[in-house]
Amino acid sequence: MSWLTNTVWANLRPGRKLSTCLASILCMGGLSGGEVAGVHVPASVVAGTPTPISTAGSGKAAFYLIGPSISVKRDVNLGEAVQLQSRDVQNAGRYVAVVCSESCQSAAFYVTAAKPASMSFLVHPSRVPVAQSDAVSGVVLPFDQFRNLVLEPLTVDFQLTAGTAALMSRPIQTHNGVAWFRTSSGKTAGTLQVAASINELAAKRVVRQVASDPCNLRIKGQRTTKGILVETELVHDCAGNPVTDGTIVTFTASEANGKSTVDAPIKQGVARAQIASPGPVVVSVASGVVMGNELRVGGHP
Amino acid sequence: MKRILPIVIVVVTAALMALALTGVGRSATTVGIVSGSVLPGFTPRASTPEQAVANLLIDVKRRNWDRSYSALARISNGADEPSFKRDWTGTDGSLRTFSNLEGYDARPLHATNDEAQMRLQLHWSTPVGPIQEVRDVQVRREGEVWKVVWPQIQTASVPAQVIPVNYLRWDVVTGSAEDEWGSRNIDAPHVRIISMNAVDSADGSIVMGEVVNEDTIPAFVNVNATLVDSAGNAIDDETSFDKISHVLLPKQVSPYRIDFPNLSLKNVKNVRMDVKASLVPASADPVIGIMDQKLATDAQGRNVLRGQLLNEGGQTVNISHVIASFYDNTGKVVWVSDGYVDRALLPQTSEPFAVEIPRALSGKVQNFHVVVNQYSLGKS
Repeated sequence: MSWLTNTVWANLRPGRKLSTCLASILCMGGLSGGEVAGVHVPASVVAGTPTPISTAGSGKAAFYLIGPSISVKRDVNLGEAVQLQSRDVQNAGRYVAVVCSESCQSAAFYVTAAKPASMSFLVHPSRVPVAQSDAVSGVVLPFDQFRNLVLEPLTVDFQLTAGTAALMSRPIQTHNGVAWFRTSSGKTAGTLQVAASINELAAKRVVRQVASDPCNLRIKGQRTTKGILVETELVHDCAGNPVTDGTIVTFTASEANGKSTVDAPIKQGVARAQIASPGPVVVSVASGVVMGNELRVGGHP
Repeated sequence: MKRILPIVIVVVTAALMALALTGVGRSATTVGIVSGSVLPGFTPRASTPEQAVANLLIDVKRRNWDRSYSALARISNGADEPSFKRDWTGTDGSLRTFSNLEGYDARPLHATNDEAQMRLQLHWSTPVGPIQEVRDVQVRREGEVWKVVWPQIQTASVPAQVIPVNYLRWDVVTGSAEDEWGSRNIDAPHVRIISMNAVDSADGSIVMGEVVNEDTIPAFVNVNATLVDSAGNAIDDETSFDKISHVLLPKQVSPYRIDFPNLSLKNVKNVRMDVKASLVPASADPVIGIMDQKLATDAQGRNVLRGQLLNEGGQTVNISHVIASFYDNTGKVVWVSDGYVDRALLPQTSEPFAVEIPRALSGKVQNFHVVVNQYSLGKS
């Protein structure tokens, strides 16, 4: 055990001591009859790549491999290479190979992610009002075929298109496995296609650009047999986009001794309401926190 | 001794039963006010206006429509039996159809030898809690018996018509489990609390204000409040429950009110507000107009906001729930009040509503805003 204390143990971070300690405990129950002269591992291994680990010495020994989400034990002949299968090294991270006979020796190596095979592409938000600065963001996390995060720098091409018009094209390198962008929303309501690609890998997301708050809200009205019929002009935002159907417009008719209100949804760009009021009234209009004009309507002749 | 005790028990029980059954409607709690729990039992002869009213309400409670109707005074514009029954049981899936008469108070307003006017305060139990209804009824003496006059109630008559509706509805489609992570996320609607006011009242503390849906899709909204003491510890937390219009269409504003019973604001250092919004399928129809809103005093002398709900659509609204926020001269919300309308809103017809304002606040109220929650059977 003294080799372990002097060489490996002292160099380990506290979190890693546990697995090493486990290996040393296993070592106590290992085979005897051989003398381990050394374990030689590659400095790094690409995930999923079959890898030989050479041992030195003579006789039989127990081989342990401890890594992220895996532990393996095999009987080996010292002096022969231990062949690690693809499935043994699928998860990226730090592995410890331990060979035990009368004594134990170990060596650590790293498994790194393979080339990107998929990516997670998160775009936020799913809806955004037009002309909002820094309102749209996207994040890409590349993964290899074993779902290991690829930490090596990669270039991600982000492209934003609205209809057929390209709004943005920006290559961005990943740092620590993440690439991201942030940009403003466009001026026109509609779908915003957001694409990300790494070589032949590509993913697309859609952000719905919606009209902003109503702008210059105006109403017109006339007296009918049932009261007053009031309706808005085409409701649009300050960029000229029609405000989404279903948006509530509140009509308020104030008269001498009371008032009437109707919350009417915009349908086909226009909100209208019937207000049962026989006398002269002042009709005002609002949508959310936006106010519109006032309209004076006389009483029944 | 073995025989005496059972006999005494039987006699006392019978006496108490007789007292309870014949004493219905006579257990006055306040001088001049007759109260009753309308328990089933024997019906005494209506020798007084109070007894006539009590007998009527007992039969109504028993749903003995034939007998209750036969005890009414015969007048030219009196209700026919079906409309009398409809008046008590409700129609069209209204709140009244789910309600039960639990009790009443009857107060004489005016009486002569042959006629009397009584004010009934009817206590209904409903799925949304107890509801009080006030009715003034005429009682007339016919021979030795007093009879209640029940005029024909004018119910809304909807003519056959075609109402064009440009149907507008939102449905929510959720992604399947196989979808790639992050590929089909839909953000929750953006809603914002635009005002908040915390006040002490006789029953406890009240947190109220208004919330707006700033998004372009409908939102199901709930507002929570947590009262925090000076040490930063939460004292209590409550939700707006039904004192809010939960489904908010885009840009719609709703009042909310959160009650903390038996809790004073004296010990409260801070109020933490939290508004939760989620996607919900919704329909923009029918539109309900709130007409003739005015501050007034009701028959009992209470300050109320009253008006008419006008169904401008072509569908029946079974239950309407009115929520009103009241503002002072600085535009601050000083009170939020609500009430249910117990009759269904038929297409193109209107129903009256009234919500109460505390007497202490009636002088401060300068403006108000009313929204209507609507429930239609078989509709989400």
